Amino acid sequence: MADQRPGRPRHLDLDELLTDRSTRVLVCCGSGGVGKTTTAASLALRAAEQGRRVVVLTIDPARRLAQSLGLEELDNEPRTVPGALPPGSGDGELQAMMLDMRRTFDEMVAGHTTPERAQVIFDNPFYQTISTSFSGTQEYMAMEKLGQLTATGTWDLVVVDTPPSRSALDFLDAPQRLSSFLDGRMIRLLSAPARAGGNAFRKLVGSTFNLFAKAVSTILGGQMLADASAFVQAFDTLFGGFQERANTTYQLLRAPGTAFVVVAAPEPDALREASYFVERLSAEKMPLAGLVLNRTHPVHATLSGARAREGAETLEASRGDALAAAVLRLHADRVETAERERRVLGRFTRAHPTVPIVDVPAMATDVHDLAGLREIGRRLAS
Amino acid sequence: MTDQRWPAALAEARLHVVSGKGGTGKTTLAAALALALAAGGRRTLLVEVEGRQGIAQVFDTPPLPYAEQRIAVAPDGGEVRGLSVDAEAALLEYLEMFYNLGLAGRTLRRMGAIEFATTLAPGLRDVLLTGKVKECVGRTVGEDRRGGRRVPLYDAVVLDAPPTGRVVKFLDVTKAMGSLARTGPIHSQSEGVVELLHSSQTVVHLVTQLEDLPVQETLDTVDEIREAGLPMGGVLVNRVRPSRLPATALTGAATGAGLGAGLRSGLEAAGLFLKDEEVDGLVSETVEHAERVQVEAAVRSRLDAAGLPQLELPELTEGVDLGGIYELAELLREQGVR
Repeated sequence: MADQRPGRPRHLDLDELLTDRSTRVLVCCGSGGVGKTTTAASLALRAAEQGRRVVVLTIDPARRLAQSLGLEELDNEPRTVPGALPPGSGDGELQAMMLDMRRTFDEMVAGHTTPERAQVIFDNPFYQTISTSFSGTQEYMAMEKLGQLTATGTWDLVVVDTPPSRSALDFLDAPQRLSSFLDGRMIRLLSAPARAGGNAFRKLVGSTFNLFAKAVSTILGGQMLADASAFVQAFDTLFGGFQERANTTYQLLRAPGTAFVVVAAPEPDALREASYFVERLSAEKMPLAGLVLNRTHPVHATLSGARAREGAETLEASRGDALAAAVLRLHADRVETAERERRVLGRFTRAHPTVPIVDVPAMATDVHDLAGLREIGRRLAS
Repeated sequence: MTDQRWPAALAEARLHVVSGKGGTGKTTLAAALALALAAGGRRTLLVEVEGRQGIAQVFDTPPLPYAEQRIAVAPDGGEVRGLSVDAEAALLEYLEMFYNLGLAGRTLRRMGAIEFATTLAPGLRDVLLTGKVKECVGRTVGEDRRGGRRVPLYDAVVLDAPPTGRVVKFLDVTKAMGSLARTGPIHSQSEGVVELLHSSQTVVHLVTQLEDLPVQETLDTVDEIREAGLPMGGVLVNRVRPSRLPATALTGAATGAGLGAGLRSGLEAAGLFLKDEEVDGLVSETVEHAERVQVEAAVRSRLDAAGLPQLELPELTEGVDLGGIYELAELLREQGVR
């Protein structure tokens, strides 16, 4: 890169991170469409090739990427990736799994209560809503699964992809959101506002809240409120256990041995999201390894864009070699693209000068086999 | 082909829903479409529903409140307004309309009660958001001088919808309503939303790029949209890059075969005497380009097979800023958007 500015960002050395035995958890995050899942899978494969026992947790991989990892069906269990490592190639091991959020939720419930009580919860219509379409459940379950995978001690590195949320930060907030939803305070207020809350509360908003509760029950229907209320009651005994687990996972994310890799494309939106993420991680005291800038278009020749364009014009005017003219035009386009990408990145690095960065040149075709993942891994580590 | 790019059915629609795979430029093209449709002194509304403040970023304005405000002026007098709808504010608006909560609404919001209510039934969020969109589409103003009839406030409403993975669920209000009470004000309004979304007043456009995954996701979503009985609009193919290579050179170029020697003399004719590694660099850039052009041709034919109106927007090499939105809007107009 021809970037001469002082304070040029440090290079993110991913091989160092992957081979460092003290790295136990690697979280790939970033906004949708930047290649998070592919990055996670490539890093996992590369770490396995370097002798580590790795499991990669993918959230919603594109079909063919899933197939290349041997994930034909969603069974919520890690499976060895066929053909990932040639036989006799060392101690490394690669397993992959796809998150099944409903099943993860079921297991969590079953693990915290008696079979009878668990059945009461499973049978509640409201549980269907919470375990499948509550926004944030996927994020929460991804973190829960991460906690489970690390707790088994079967792998020495867990690589996790994060859900394609509206915001890349959702998975940090999801456990808290679900907790405040399930702690029962609101549902008690809504189903019996007169009894819940203290005197002061009643004086302050009591009558309004009654009105509100009535309105909500008109909109949602009495049955739904009754179901939700029954659900929260049944859930009450589990609640402490859930909170404790969420807290353990949160601590795991802050613990030494965990590293976050933020993935972005050289586009303003993706880098803006990456910026928020970097700020949030730092506020939460979570360890950021660096930024993977995916799908860049570095120039391969130092010829300036202006000279290339001039050359092309000369050739076109003199009806010279059409191919050479085309090649020069291409190069001029490419210089312009690379400059724009650098400008967009510049905004990020000015705000976050200490974040190490690696850029991964774009591939001409999408990656959907192990060879492609290996190539991405090579580019990530270069 | 020219007339097929924006057929009459699209020109007559008043609600343009824009979705696409994440990262393909959905918000940018929704903005350009709103601007293109505002040309000729018309008034359009650009709505976002995911609280991302994407509209404010694209038009370089301060974050939008929950209120419609002017964000851009079309070249010949038209106007684009922007609105960031949020489900909680929409619910409060309802409650105030029907239950007269007065100032207490804010307290409820602070307590988290509003969020709780919208979370209780995930379907409610979508019903509230689409309900607000419908209200904007249907809003009328003033009186037509001739017939004394009220006219729509907005000539068109462009909805920057959730990405392809979630959009059909978002628009399938009938299903969302299943989880709500069968009577009451929100229910009856939702019936109106269902009617609007399945009528010829609505079209759903999908933004894509000429790459394998985005095109696959677009085709899958087209099927889903049709299955849900929603009116499919056009495919907006974004970031199309020109193929610089002469067609005859393409196949050979993809392998890099025979590029080197001939290229050097061509370059010298242009007065460029380059070192070997420079020429090699140019060759490898050309090979990459040729490979990409071939991939693009392959995915394009899959897209063509879907038989949908297609509009193309080029990659703006200098990036998309406000000027870029105007450029894209003009290109949409040139392809028949009206």
